[in-house]
Amino acid sequence: VENVRLLDRLSSRRAVVGTLYLTATHVIFVENGSETRKETWVLHSQISSIEKQATTATGCPLLIRCKNFQVIQLVIPQERDCHDVYISLIRLARPVKYEELYCFSFNPKLDKEEREQGWKLVDLNEEYNRMGVPNNYWQISDVNRDYGVCDSYPTEVYVPKSATAHIIVGSSKFRSRRRFPALSYYCKGNNASICRSSQPLSGFSARCLEDEQMLQAIRKANPGSDFIYVVDTRPKLNAMANRAAGKGYENEDNYSNIKFQFIGIENIHVMRNSLQKMLEVCELKSPSMSDFLWGLENSGWLKHIKAIMDAGIFIAKAVAEEGVSVLVHCSDGWDRTAQVCSVASLLLDPYYRTMKGFMVLIEKDWVSFGHKFNHRYGNLDGDPKEISPVIDQFIECVWQLMEQFPCAFEFNERFLINIQHHIYSCQFGNFLCNSQKERRELKIKERTYSLWAHLWKNRADYLNPLYRSDHSQTQGTLHPQIAPCNFLYKFWSGMYNRFEKGLHPRQSVTDYLMAVKEETQQLEEELEVLQERLANLQKSQSSNNKVKSKQQDRSKQFGLYTSNNSLANTPQEYSNDLKSFPSRSPSQGDEDSALILTQDNLKSSDPDLSANSDQESGVEDLSCRSPSGGGCLPSEDSGKDSDEAVFLAG
Amino acid sequence: LLRSSQPLTGPNRRRCREDEKLLGTILDEGERGFILDTRSAQAAKQARMSGGGTEPKSSYPQWRRLHRALDRGRPLQESFSRLVEACGEPSPSMDRWLARLESSRWLSHVKAALSTACLAAQCLDREDSKVLVHGAEGTDTTLLVTALAQLILDPSCRTLEGFQGLLEREWIQAGHPFHLRCARSAASHARGKQEAPLFLLFLDCVWQLSRQFPLSLEFGEQLLLSLFDNAYASAYGTFLCNSERERSLCKVRESTHSLWAWLNQPEEKHKYLNPLYSHNPLVIWPSVEPQSIQLWRGLFLRWIRPSQHLDEAWEEIQRLVEG
Repeated sequence: VENVRLLDRLSSRRAVVGTLYLTATHVIFVENGSETRKETWVLHSQISSIEKQATTATGCPLLIRCKNFQVIQLVIPQERDCHDVYISLIRLARPVKYEELYCFSFNPKLDKEEREQGWKLVDLNEEYNRMGVPNNYWQISDVNRDYGVCDSYPTEVYVPKSATAHIIVGSSKFRSRRRFPALSYYCKGNNASICRSSQPLSGFSARCLEDEQMLQAIRKANPGSDFIYVVDTRPKLNAMANRAAGKGYENEDNYSNIKFQFIGIENIHVMRNSLQKMLEVCELKSPSMSDFLWGLENSGWLKHIKAIMDAGIFIAKAVAEEGVSVLVHCSDGWDRTAQVCSVASLLLDPYYRTMKGFMVLIEKDWVSFGHKFNHRYGNLDGDPKEISPVIDQFIECVWQLMEQFPCAFEFNERFLINIQHHIYSCQFGNFLCNSQKERRELKIKERTYSLWAHLWKNRADYLNPLYRSDHSQTQGTLHPQIAPCNFLYKFWSGMYNRFEKGLHPRQSVTDYLMAVKEETQQLEEELEVLQERLANLQKSQSSNNKVKSKQQDRSKQFGLYTSNNSLANTPQEYSNDLKSFPSRSPSQGDEDSALILTQDNLKSSDPDLSANSDQESGVEDLSCRSPSGGGCLPSEDSGKDSDEAVFLAG
Repeated sequence: LLRSSQPLTGPNRRRCREDEKLLGTILDEGERGFILDTRSAQAAKQARMSGGGTEPKSSYPQWRRLHRALDRGRPLQESFSRLVEACGEPSPSMDRWLARLESSRWLSHVKAALSTACLAAQCLDREDSKVLVHGAEGTDTTLLVTALAQLILDPSCRTLEGFQGLLEREWIQAGHPFHLRCARSAASHARGKQEAPLFLLFLDCVWQLSRQFPLSLEFGEQLLLSLFDNAYASAYGTFLCNSERERSLCKVRESTHSLWAWLNQPEEKHKYLNPLYSHNPLVIWPSVEPQSIQLWRGLFLRWIRPSQHLDEAWEEIQRLVEG
């Protein structure tokens, strides 16, 4: 469709005209401007909702909201065209078959072996071994090898040594969705563990010997403690209501040596609504500070994030400080349980704070344990009541932790945002379907590519320059403050206002420091080369000959960065905030409108949303070029560029 | 960029030829300028009843008047007190915290101050127009706006030395009544009407700029915290008294030491420098959307939250940059 206008949310005057294309996998808007021809690509999988708004004089507005929080406002001249686009997008954004998804047609031009290698990058067997299992207390069980016991669990689970197949099967019959207690994290240092399950089908009075034995087995697997915690992550009221439906929670009287605890994280419906409210705040035009803070408070979003974090902290403390094992469950054990177990693991084990470790963590607690990616994130068209930002919340917990502990994580914010993006994009096969069983049936590994390999290949973009494996923040357990600390939680504009570049810090500290690090490394390498050369020269020449050696002047090297500050930033509209001012007398009525502030086109690098590239985090990127490597003494250079001359000047 | 206090128009719409001539000479033939009044139009009008007022268009035809109401005095002091209270009390829930943060309205003041300064800067930079800023007395919100506008526009104000010069010029010598304004801090519930945290508001806005442009200020948060401390209680004479006249009468220069002299010593200076700094010759335009304005936790939660991990991060940054 031609002559479509793409509006800028922050400034309705900044509309660009272009052509809108619909392909099998993307919506593409191409600007008409002769020099730029900027393209905006949106994967159909990313589309969360499409809203056709009332036709105005300028055309027919169409609002596309994406799962990665991008909001695209189009104005299509003809109502008929707009309707066609609308109907098409509705269909395209709601695939009914997996084969319609982008991952099945995505071609990064790798051969079969490379694809396979990509899938092997994250190996859970390796991970359990790293943790220290199997051992005297824990064994691997293949009771679920054909998914016969629990179809949402993986084929291999770790269980306590004293849990026989009989006990496992019996326990599974007493658990919602048959999700029996299984190992999530084992702490080598003190044998404490985190296990996970779903709620018991206890109703008001039902009991199950095998399930009670299962919990005992977990307790016995930790000789350092004579009880275990059982943590129900639901609010007490909800859990009690479940009893009427024949489910419920563990009764301390029936299960010997457990200490039962409710944590009170709300359910998926509450979370879905909470996010919805928060996004509404983000969509306000020129909100006042009050509007924003009220909106944020009303949504309750940060409150929920904190609840998940507090639960993770409680469990981490139990394991690390008390040396007590914890069994965690919610209702079905695939949402809140996953969130809480992974937060706890992250706090406990620095490995999960490395890039590789984080991928492993998601693979373990989310992918293998049957988090319902398809239902939650709408790979295929399904029940809207199943949609909920569960993993988004976990990812945000990680970000909140990164803000509190800037040196503790090997990866940066961009890494997290990219992962979230691809959970919804369906460009890679990792997050398809609802369980390992379904993924194997669809032969995901043979037909799609792994996100982990893709991220790993580009890992230089995702590093945190402040991370050092020998830093105190990267050793052992992280101890976030529990209370009082509501004020420590921030609104994550990098995620929820990701595509509004004007909102974010205009200069990226991460990129600057990464460039510094890279440059320092290059200088050090160069220094080595030069020193070697010097040594050789001194050996081979007589003492008469003067040898020129250039001192690397560290202080000059940063002359490079100044040239990049010339990415001008433009003022936003500071004068349009009319509602906070009292009405003016007529004599001054026109003062403001006279101040038409012209806005240049932002020469920013908008995220390239084409399929094969990584998504930028929306942070203005003053990426600095490092000088090309290879040190040469100036006298030997033929054609060197001015940058090198600057940096080598002694 | 010019600053003054309000014209004493009064209820009888007095005129002053000298004042009109002075403002007239500033503008060229046919040139238009802006008067940025930091009071609401209503408040400015009401000021006439007590002898003050605004510049009537008929007498100052080349000047266009803009009103941007910035709170000062008691409302600002209360806002400050409420925020400090909210930070100090362990709030039982996130909702309560956000509600209390909102009801203090402190961040709204930061947003308003930055917006107004940006507006002044825009007039100068984008409209190529001269700007006269004044409120009532010309000693509070006026200085807030002119000082911030210069930071936004002028890279030389963003160096450590330049910033000190800016403070000397736009706050100290310009006659901000530090002694009256910075007496009891948040604990004063505006019983003393003169107490008001304008200078803190300025420092907060500077901190917002440093957060949005982390590479463009030569100084770091430490300096801002130190300035905040010294404005209220200091071993140095720099922030004493209410005006140059008082300082002269009290012989401040003869009997005290200068804060700047101490700060600029090499062994002290490096604590206040920003290792990420690199000269940015351009104008820096901050975003004043609510998402871009954050609570200055380093100040308001200074004694409440452990800063160990953030300090370590800062040390790591220094280590990386200093190679």
